Amino acid sequence: MSDYPTLNFSEVNVGDALPEQEIDITSGLVVSGALATRDYEPVHHDKSVAQAAGLPDVFMNILTSQALMTRFATDWSGPEAVVKSLDIKLGAPNVPGMVMKVTGSVTAKDDASGVIDIAVMGENNIWGMHMAGTVQLALPQGV
Amino acid sequence: MTPEEIEALEAQIYAYVGKEVCTATPAKDAVNETMIRHWTEVMGDTNPAYTNPEWAASSKRGKTIAPPAMMYVWNQEGYAVASTGRPSDAQSDLVQLFNDHGYTGVLGTNVKQEYFAEASPGDQVVMEMVIDTISERKATARGTGYFYETLATFSNQNGVKLGTQRFRVLKFIPQEQPAAASSDSALEVPTRIPSPRGHDNKWWWEACDEGRIMIQRCTSCQTLRHPPRPMCGECQSIEWDAIESTLDGEVLSYTCLRHPSIPGYPKDPVCAVIKLDEGTHLVSNIVGCEYEDVSIGMRVKGKVEQVDEKTMLPQFYPGTGGARS
Repeated sequence: MSDYPTLNFSEVNVGDALPEQEIDITSGLVVSGALATRDYEPVHHDKSVAQAAGLPDVFMNILTSQALMTRFATDWSGPEAVVKSLDIKLGAPNVPGMVMKVTGSVTAKDDASGVIDIAVMGENNIWGMHMAGTVQLALPQGV
Repeated sequence: MTPEEIEALEAQIYAYVGKEVCTATPAKDAVNETMIRHWTEVMGDTNPAYTNPEWAASSKRGKTIAPPAMMYVWNQEGYAVASTGRPSDAQSDLVQLFNDHGYTGVLGTNVKQEYFAEASPGDQVVMEMVIDTISERKATARGTGYFYETLATFSNQNGVKLGTQRFRVLKFIPQEQPAAASSDSALEVPTRIPSPRGHDNKWWWEACDEGRIMIQRCTSCQTLRHPPRPMCGECQSIEWDAIESTLDGEVLSYTCLRHPSIPGYPKDPVCAVIKLDEGTHLVSNIVGCEYEDVSIGMRVKGKVEQVDEKTMLPQFYPGTGGARS
């Protein structure tokens, strides 16, 4: 257990910032992410179809963005945290060649349920906001 | 579209509210370790709750779970979507109706998943989905259109509700079609806004490009002035030369630009008015220290630096080359 510590609800405060993550958006990540989420829409693996849709290249599917947002939260919290909700507003596409920086901080704590709100922002270096939203985690309470 | 045409279309689309997109349908595969491992590898997610049975056995849950963000993955259509498209259902019929009336643009705008229970390998995810809401006609930055929202509900084989997903999509009439991207798809990294170089200030920027920050000086009364302009404010002479600043100075005023963040610029830049020791003021950035460490009157020393591929600018650092008082 000690190899994988989990934050206790009492250790977390509103305003705490989570460690930033920088994610290289590669063709490999975009295509593999689409396939790992069983998303075979051609715009996520076929460059010519993506270009016909007006984009420079294949672009990340939403299920991969959701995955990266929850990972950002649970990498910080540890594995005993239970993800309660994931609310994402979608912005500019993530296209190979970009770098997405993910940042976030704790915005609310509910003592009764042990649930915290984490506001998360994922911005790529070319077009800006890719995803913004809130992840709710239930953290262990007490000893 | 005429008001009558809009009314007729809306009568058709609003009839879809509440329609079932799919009845309770079990996923083709039960939740399984193989698909979870593929997903965690790609996403770089090393959470042992997903992939480490030994750890999981000793955890509060007692077993591994599927990543919650995979909830919708289990019921995804297979590869046939790529070649033959999706099978017809209420959602595809609604989309077709929009397309037929010129609302061909499509944009996923929001997705919200709520999780009530976790799924583990062996569980069978069952999904049902309805078209939950369709907005009124709205003018958006992308074009005029309608937001529709599907509501999917997920349960396991025992009827335990695992969660819900609300997915909001904008169907719109595209404005000016962007020219299809050329085959040369290299992404251009954004740079700062180029300096405006006119008759009266081009010389100043050209000196900056060479690493020198100049201050204009009236050759008639010796008054220094910045930014560059054609006439002396003291004596109205239009004769001038320039001296080079040592870039020693102090902070006269400063702020941090937190919002909006602008592509090509650093995040949260500290913008300051610097009082140069020569006497004129210069608007620039303070780098090399946190915003919280900046103060009015602080001594700073500037260096002309290349800040992106195309741009040379003075940047100021705390400390000095020695106060000149």
